[in-house]
Amino acid sequence: MWIYEKKLQYPAKVGRANLRMAKYLITQYGGPDGELAASLRYLTQRYTMPTGQAKAILTDIGTEELAHLEIIATLVYKLMDRATIGEIEAAGLGAYYADHDKALFYVNGEGVPWTAAYIQSKGDPVADLHEDMAAEEKARATYEWLINLSDDPDLNDTLSFLRQREIVHFQRFGEALQIVQEYMDSKRIY
Amino acid sequence: MNREQVAALKELMAQEFTALELHLYLDTHPTDQRALMEYNEACRQVMVLKQRYQQQFGPLTFCETSGYPWQWIEEPWPWQISY
Repeated sequence: MWIYEKKLQYPAKVGRANLRMAKYLITQYGGPDGELAASLRYLTQRYTMPTGQAKAILTDIGTEELAHLEIIATLVYKLMDRATIGEIEAAGLGAYYADHDKALFYVNGEGVPWTAAYIQSKGDPVADLHEDMAAEEKARATYEWLINLSDDPDLNDTLSFLRQREIVHFQRFGEALQIVQEYMDSKRIY
Repeated sequence: MNREQVAALKELMAQEFTALELHLYLDTHPTDQRALMEYNEACRQVMVLKQRYQQQFGPLTFCETSGYPWQWIEEPWPWQISY
């Protein structure tokens, strides 16, 4: 089960409303390398992991990604706060507005809705953990591209925190992979 | 939300983050005794800060006692706060 805590993992700040960045940042909400994909990937892969360490790390990182999803939602919500229709249209968000107003929805930066085709659950723990490590690197790169696109120091502070978390998760998945490989090798004694 | 409450919330968030980081580390280093001691100490500090915060500002999570009327619905929610 899960229990909600009425607080963010990190103080999500934006310096000013910025629809251009909202349009780019939404991809970390519902895009291919975003936080929803990350969380759902890890939380569904954990059931068939062979060791306690791997089950734990997928559960805990999958849960942390939900906290990151909430941080991204908060940032997008704040970036779009008080925007006028004219500003929304000028930022290329008119089509988004027609479908969602300023509500949060799981799409990438081009408005393509989230799909389970972004993720995989192979049942082979070595394959799954390699996918997870690649996912963390892709998310890290996405945060770097977003920071390159942004000139808001407050926003960049929060994006830098999220970028650093991808690095830590990559490290933990790598350790879990080594543990799983050693476990599987130990099973192959004839 | 006033400055005092934001400051107390951010202090709790920082302490919980310390505990989380150690928690993830321990998942793949379960026999690191020093990390385990640091984790237990970090969690004790989280409990102190969380108790203090909730007594003053209301429940942060499930099954924390509430004053009357039901405090869980009180705003701001996390995405509405200026940190």
